[in-house]
Amino acid sequence: MRGRAFVLGDDVNTGYITPAQYVGRPMDEITDHLFEPIRPDLAASIDRGDFVVAGSNFGAGSSRETAPAALHHAGVGAVIAESFARIFYRNCIAVGLHPIRCPAVTDAVADGDVLDVQPERRRIENRTSGETIDCQPLPSALREICAAGGLLAYYEDHPEGIVLENGTGSDRTK
Amino acid sequence: MGQTVAEKVLANRSGSSGVSAGEYVVCGVDVAMVQDVHAPAVFNRLDERGISELWDPSKVVVVFDHVAPSHGVDDADTKARVRRLLESYGVEHFYDVGTGISHLVLPERGHVRPGEVVIGTDSHTVSHGVFGAAGTGVGDTDMVYALLTGEVWFRVPETIRIHLTGDLPPHVSSKDVVLSLAANYGLDVARYRAIEFTGPVVEDLSIDDRMTLTNMSIELGAKFGFTPVDERVEEYVRCRTDEPFAAVEADPDVDYETVIEHDVTGLEPQVARPHDVDNVVPVSAVEGVDVDQVFVGTCTNGSYDDLAAVAALLSGNEVAPDTRMIVTPATRAIYQRATRDGLIETLTQAGATVTNATCGPCLGLGMGIIGEGETCFAAQNRNYRGRMGSDESEIYLGSPETAAATAISGHIADPREV
Repeated sequence: MRGRAFVLGDDVNTGYITPAQYVGRPMDEITDHLFEPIRPDLAASIDRGDFVVAGSNFGAGSSRETAPAALHHAGVGAVIAESFARIFYRNCIAVGLHPIRCPAVTDAVADGDVLDVQPERRRIENRTSGETIDCQPLPSALREICAAGGLLAYYEDHPEGIVLENGTGSDRTK
Repeated sequence: MGQTVAEKVLANRSGSSGVSAGEYVVCGVDVAMVQDVHAPAVFNRLDERGISELWDPSKVVVVFDHVAPSHGVDDADTKARVRRLLESYGVEHFYDVGTGISHLVLPERGHVRPGEVVIGTDSHTVSHGVFGAAGTGVGDTDMVYALLTGEVWFRVPETIRIHLTGDLPPHVSSKDVVLSLAANYGLDVARYRAIEFTGPVVEDLSIDDRMTLTNMSIELGAKFGFTPVDERVEEYVRCRTDEPFAAVEADPDVDYETVIEHDVTGLEPQVARPHDVDNVVPVSAVEGVDVDQVFVGTCTNGSYDDLAAVAALLSGNEVAPDTRMIVTPATRAIYQRATRDGLIETLTQAGATVTNATCGPCLGLGMGIIGEGETCFAAQNRNYRGRMGSDESEIYLGSPETAAATAISGHIADPREV
């Protein structure tokens, strides 16, 4: 995937990604207001295939799945953050939006930089700066769910449910 | 090596003899809670997929607490449709508008037991760790999957132990403690981790006050937040359920990822300034900041003990002119008990508005929205920009007692000086 990066700071919570007053509205309306409390100009700039890049604890706050679902709906190719809040992280997997942990990403990517991202690789390429950035792709145990297009799509293909062998895809990274 | 509470519960509910942090497991779900913000998406999606039967309707609990009562036709129509779906799916544990806020309704009605896995479409589902249950928030899709299969996947979390020692000063509460933890250790100290709160301070707290700790574990990033299951907890649960349960405690030889020793002796009342929960200072640093509204309520601070603490300070006092005070008991049962004990009379006599049980004000969904340029002092859990209404408003967080002192003064005030 190749796209532009939009870079945000630390602790961007789900209320900033999709403000509560639009939750329950049609998805097109929700995506018009992405990041409104912190970057009101951003929603209009995001094109299909762009990436959201953020600092630590991205997606903190409520269990609002609308947040990753709206980013997915807006065509965001992947969210790349130094770290994720856990409910947001699992909601990304549930809706089929790739969450990529990348501990130094905000140092290496500026707003508008063009990135090459392959969700299963351990590196992201910044085409604008020429830099290569180390990242932590989804553990194998979860990649299949995300790649299937999310948990319900996965379930359609696997009516026996999620099968994880204990320890499979074990992931001790923070 | 010893096992943590999280490891034991997740091993037990995934049918494994033992799991350790970092492993992925698929667990059986004991309680699946859905609240009204998420119920339309969850049940509509089941309906749209032509699903006619849930895995086990008796383990599903639905609570209408966020927009309660409806204040628009859209919400009223949506709720009506969800009620019909709940009936068709045979969901009997449905607590309609006014019963209370889910995280207090569930234990009150005997739905939560030690050692269980509780998932809810609400981030504050971590609250149930006060009963030794592995409670945590999930999104709509995970919930739909759980309602179809009875299962949820988890990464077994590392555990940090927060050991609270010392003497909690008068008028300083568990809310001040958890804000001081945010201040000292940050909002991601427990990200992806479970917290075990231990120590004499925790043991001395009431169940209500312990729940403020487990509830706000999510504000520290946690997946689960546990306090010890002691006789008091066991008795509370036993009085409300006939189902058997077994308390789970950590082994004495656990090698915790981190142990935080936090001494609360001499702790001042704490206040989180706009717009982050860890933007915390002692109350003395913000004394005198004018407020338009004071709010006490939510899953964090709407318990009986919270109301009693507020009433004790408001008794014989009045809410300041130009300041409005809203108090929201977290459940109808708490409201009734507070009525019987005269707390509601004290609060209304002082000039507070007492509302039905609802989450509304805390996240700008009604019953206490604040406007542009307004400031609210709130005994709740979050002070994000725009959370209670206008993006151009400000929220200060603190304890119920600091809220009461602030209501009396009309500006942020120290409860030790009332």
